Amino acid sequence: MEPRTHYLNADYGIRSWLLTVDHKRIALLYLASITLMFFLGGVFALLIRLELLTPAGDLVTADTYNKLFTMHGIVMIFFFLVPSIPAVLGNFLIPIMIGARDLAFPRLNLLSWYIYVVGALFTLFAMVTGGVDTGWTFYTPFSTTASNTNVIPTALGVFITGFSSILTGLNFIVTIHRMRAPGLTWFRLPLFIWAHYATSIIMILGTPVIAITVLLVGIERAFHLGIFDPALGGDPILFQHLFWFYSHPAVYIMILPGMGVISELIACFSRKRVFGYGFVAISSLAIALLGFLVWAHHMFVTGMSVYAALIFSFLSFAVAIPSAVKVFNWTATLYKGSVSFEAPMLYALGFIGLFTIGGLTGLFLASIGVDVHVTDTYFVVAHFHYIMVGGAIMAYLGGLHFWWPKISGRLYPETLAKIAAVILFIGFNLTFFPQFVLGYLGMPRRYYAYPAEFQVLNVMSTAGASILGIGYLLPMLYFLWSLRYGAIATANPWQAVGLEWQTPSPPPTENFATTPVVTHEAYDYESFAFEAAQEVPVV
Amino acid sequence: MLSHLPLFPEQASTVAKDVDALFFFLCAVSAFFAALIAVLLVVFAVRYRRRSATDRPHAIEGALALELVWTIIPFGIAMVMFVWGASVFVRLQRPPDNALQVFAVGKQWMWKLQHIEGQREINELHVPVGRPVKVTMTSEDVIHSFYVPAFRIKQDAIPGRYTATWFEATKPGTYHLFCAEYCGTQHSGMIGSVIVMEPADYEGWLSGGVKQSLVSAGETLFQQLGCVTCHSGESGARGPALDGLFGKKVQMQSGDTIVVDEAYVRDSILNPQAKIVAGYQPIMPTFKGLVSEEGLLQLIAYLKGLGVGDQGPVRQESHS
Repeated sequence: MEPRTHYLNADYGIRSWLLTVDHKRIALLYLASITLMFFLGGVFALLIRLELLTPAGDLVTADTYNKLFTMHGIVMIFFFLVPSIPAVLGNFLIPIMIGARDLAFPRLNLLSWYIYVVGALFTLFAMVTGGVDTGWTFYTPFSTTASNTNVIPTALGVFITGFSSILTGLNFIVTIHRMRAPGLTWFRLPLFIWAHYATSIIMILGTPVIAITVLLVGIERAFHLGIFDPALGGDPILFQHLFWFYSHPAVYIMILPGMGVISELIACFSRKRVFGYGFVAISSLAIALLGFLVWAHHMFVTGMSVYAALIFSFLSFAVAIPSAVKVFNWTATLYKGSVSFEAPMLYALGFIGLFTIGGLTGLFLASIGVDVHVTDTYFVVAHFHYIMVGGAIMAYLGGLHFWWPKISGRLYPETLAKIAAVILFIGFNLTFFPQFVLGYLGMPRRYYAYPAEFQVLNVMSTAGASILGIGYLLPMLYFLWSLRYGAIATANPWQAVGLEWQTPSPPPTENFATTPVVTHEAYDYESFAFEAAQEVPVV
Repeated sequence: MLSHLPLFPEQASTVAKDVDALFFFLCAVSAFFAALIAVLLVVFAVRYRRRSATDRPHAIEGALALELVWTIIPFGIAMVMFVWGASVFVRLQRPPDNALQVFAVGKQWMWKLQHIEGQREINELHVPVGRPVKVTMTSEDVIHSFYVPAFRIKQDAIPGRYTATWFEATKPGTYHLFCAEYCGTQHSGMIGSVIVMEPADYEGWLSGGVKQSLVSAGETLFQQLGCVTCHSGESGARGPALDGLFGKKVQMQSGDTIVVDEAYVRDSILNPQAKIVAGYQPIMPTFKGLVSEEGLLQLIAYLKGLGVGDQGPVRQESHS
């Protein structure tokens, strides 16, 4: 067979990659760089868990431990979780899913990646030249006056990376508004697109605030202007308001795209339109907007007024509702469907389980009377890992498996992928469930040594972390393996609807030979011609 | 080793049981919904599993009634959690009037505690069982957080501000006092204990080795710093009289009225030019660097004491 020209072989050489303006190639640049950051962040996590195997701080010094958890947080949040799904899957899929040739601003897209890399290098530079020990939250006045570590270069790295996020969000919004194929109305859009649209709004509105905030930390640290330092008349709590005004919505930057992925997976592997499509689409926007109104629920014990606390508690419960609606809708989608259990579906089901636990424990934190006891303990650590790791990373991996044939033109080994999904689910729960108990018992977070009565639960958690580590390593290995040895993928190995499956795998540089015209609602599985003969090759 | 596997923290204060009751309610609701979702997922996934490659699903668009039901019911349950959580919180925020006064200063990396009677402790807090204790706190450097898991209380100690929490211990014993807000290298070493004693033992402990009550320590400091030369209480003195001032509203030169509380006293000592009482000149020098956080607490205790004397109750309001 004559080799087909597609985006991967259209051009060769390192220049063709570093100067590409093809959204699909840029997605792969992101994939490579964020995988590297995920690996780094994961190594830090394992070192943290190893240190916590025993009550005494005996593996590393207190100083090193503090730098480890700080770098773990910064790398994972700013350089992995925030860009992961939007920059890799969003970049690759948004134009194809809406029938466009590229994003609205292809050069800006490439620039976003370079900005990301420069930000990451700055931060890595800060790390190898001494590290930083403020925690990823950079709380003042510790970060501005007390810490003697590399706060400024790290903050600068975060500041720079923020622009990458803003530009990506801008690009997505313009693309989704302006470049949809004929017939693709708003309420025919895949839920993946809705989720990215909502996420982009947060990126544009929220990211400038964190950029300004870390800049202020740098300025305060360098020039002692008295912005946050009470000794100079500043207000340390002001920092927390500014910080959480971005960082709470940032949680939704991490989880909303994941929800979009899960909607696609559930629909495809149930062969059904997502139940209550309209509600699910609108709930993404509701989450994005309500997410901006709850930041101070991170600050209930700072001594804020009772009335402020009540309002933020109320709004925190309100934002939980659209999330709950999504979980019910996904579950109901399975009803009377045609459900199959390929690896992406296992990831999706795992996601629903973990996200449900993460969401429900969020109610404990929104409920102020209980929050006072559990805030700043391992309960919080467990809660946000259920959402951000159990939720966002499961969705990211599920999506990566689902679209891997489209991205690479090859199939991954199905059995191995299923095993990895199960290992991840078990490892994850063993790592983080004991931390809920630890937290209610009262173990504060960010402790490198702890009273002996907390040991058994910590040992369980560390054991779980090593299983989880294997679970993450497996996909990295078999994805690489599949690039050379995986079976060749057809255009539509899952028999899914959606424009991305109507172009060859991998797609040509211009995505579609002719602009598609959309005549159906999203997830129109009823009128889809399933070919009994077309096997889904399983390796 | 399983005998070392605690699953629930000790319950040693009056609010602990309120917090735990809400916690159990939250656990029950969570368990119910988690189980519901899990069961439905498994049942649907098995019942409707794909049987052939061309298997066709039944089209279901959605159902408005169902959407409304599963939006409104969780919202109702969430509101129960909100109101319940809020009522527990309000209780946590309102110390009873008869509470014993204790002052805490967080510092990298220790808790410094002072009793109103004068005892000073580091990383240990002795309190009697069955009496409410109010802890007023601040920090000398970075943000710390005063956390006693057995009492289910936590409060950030913030430099430049006074915050407070309270508890009433219900059984004698020794309980962890943690710092819960990350505060630097030895954060995890900033651990103390709260020692709850029978009232008689506590009285014994209290009478042992007291040098000076907080109020009289404040008075001494007041003399030493020379405050009395201006705040003499005589008419025509350069500074306002301070007797009975604490807790009252005072008219400022700017026209605002301010309640004389811990924060205002602290401000007036460290940054006296900022808020001048009407009718006085901005001539008071700053005492920043001359008086420690603990000293400030002693001065505040002294001024509070002045209010109680012949001037009537502390919280008496005067409308100027």
